[in-house]
Amino acid sequence: MNTISNRQVICDVLLEKAKTDRIIMVLTSDSRGSASLTQFAKEFPEQFVEVGIAEQNIVGIAAGLASCGKKVFVASPASFLSTRSIEQIKVDVAYSQTNVKLIGISGGVSYGALGMTHHSVQDIAFVRSIPGIKVILPADRHETANLVEALLKEEDPVYVRIGRNPVPDVYESSNYDFQIGKAVTMHEGDDATIIATGEMVYAAVIGARLLKEQGINCRVLNMHTIKPLDEAAILKAAKETKCIVTIEEHSIYGGLGGAVAELVAQQGSVPMRILGIPDQPAIAGKSAEVFAHYGLTGANLAETIKTLLADLAR
Amino acid sequence: MNLIRQLESKAREIRRAVVELIYQAQMGHIGGSLSSTDLLTVLYYGIMNIEPKNIKDPNRDRFILSKGHSVEAYWCILADRGFFPEEELKTFGQFGTRLICHPNNEVPGVEMNTGSLGHGLSLGVGMALAGKRDQADYRVFVLMGDGELAEGSIWEAAMAGAHYQLDNLVGIVDRNKLQISGTTEAVMSIEPLADKWQAFGWNVVEINGNDVQEIYDALSSVPKVPGKPTLVLANTIKGKGVSFIENQAGWHHRVPTPEEYEQALQELA
Repeated sequence: MNTISNRQVICDVLLEKAKTDRIIMVLTSDSRGSASLTQFAKEFPEQFVEVGIAEQNIVGIAAGLASCGKKVFVASPASFLSTRSIEQIKVDVAYSQTNVKLIGISGGVSYGALGMTHHSVQDIAFVRSIPGIKVILPADRHETANLVEALLKEEDPVYVRIGRNPVPDVYESSNYDFQIGKAVTMHEGDDATIIATGEMVYAAVIGARLLKEQGINCRVLNMHTIKPLDEAAILKAAKETKCIVTIEEHSIYGGLGGAVAELVAQQGSVPMRILGIPDQPAIAGKSAEVFAHYGLTGANLAETIKTLLADLAR
Repeated sequence: MNLIRQLESKAREIRRAVVELIYQAQMGHIGGSLSSTDLLTVLYYGIMNIEPKNIKDPNRDRFILSKGHSVEAYWCILADRGFFPEEELKTFGQFGTRLICHPNNEVPGVEMNTGSLGHGLSLGVGMALAGKRDQADYRVFVLMGDGELAEGSIWEAAMAGAHYQLDNLVGIVDRNKLQISGTTEAVMSIEPLADKWQAFGWNVVEINGNDVQEIYDALSSVPKVPGKPTLVLANTIKGKGVSFIENQAGWHHRVPTPEEYEQALQELA
């Protein structure tokens, strides 16, 4: 079982890169510990800025720094970053097109028992409705490493959401073709398609394995980039497979499922189901408990697809 | 003619251009544009190191119009300084224009988009911090409205500016004492303003913000206190220069009638 969190990976890559790339700047909102960036703050004080608990200010300062040529990474809890500072994200980052990478840490339900105030299961919906900013959720530590490398080359604003705890690996290494905006096919199949993002890619792979044992071949797309969406991969799946089920650690409204549905409804009619957090404050508990409660598991995915395929065959 | 006389004359010229621009477009924020015209004129013709031919010069001084709705004087000045053709002012507020009713960084010379109030000072803190970290000697000027100071984010930025000892950062408050619904003190009291900024760690300089000499003296001698950001509390008259617009909250964004337009131009002749 992997014990390295995605936030630790972000710090490790930035520590390595900051040695030669002196325009990297890292900003935290009293969140250097929870972002695993304490080491970065110690080693590169000239490339680190503590803003205090002020999310509007951190995003505005980030935009100002970026306008002066810095590559800015803001690491702040996803719940606050994506709501308290949403207008700064809209205006100062996306509209002004500043090179700011917003890293929403402790995202989804990973704050567990801290409850609704600390959960961020609306962030994809908020941010992806703003023009000029990309939205990305890496699936595991290997993808996170690839992502940070890509972010350092990317000039557009990006919102990234990661969880708090180490998550199971879905890749053996970071040696695979990662490109922002390109889905990764994790499992081949033509009976049905599962599209997953972030930590839910693991559940998707488990679900596909369970189905394979029962003779159902599922395609699994890791849609790490929700905006811009890999429309070609989705439309291909809509054409070649009988149904699409999406799964995400996010509200059933406006997230990955919403994005896929917007496309499929207009260009590639195929039955769909959206698995996510229902329209209510998420229940308190450890991530795995919350996922099980809402059916965000490989087993429930497999059941959902079997039922859907059976309905279609009727 | 000495510099101060030249700046005064330029400010009068810009005021006329503002009235013409608003009358031609039949829209605009006339009160706040006229109150801040002297401040903008001194910045753009007497203080800031900026060059229209080299708008990306890393060592240029930065300006942010945090009170973005007072864009008319800003557009007139940028056009006059040669950042874009004066002819383009005719498109102000028209369909598809880049000269919208708020600063827009598609227009050369505009650093950042503003319009939603309370954003500018954080942007300025970021720019000034970049300057400090790069050991550059440019300065950052942020023009805020007084009504805008009710935005909490301004005070988040005020804290950060003092915390990081950004003496290359200058906040200017266009203290015209009026906002759209009435006086600032009736809508949401912000006094004692000088004390507030001082308490947040800023060096406060209070001036008559419609007196070119006082503005020039204040802005040409920053930082006054090494290690402290400067706040220029510029007491102004909303609608300054046109008798019947001065000090009237109702002229926040009213457009002159043909008769009022003629009279305004006469007064500004």
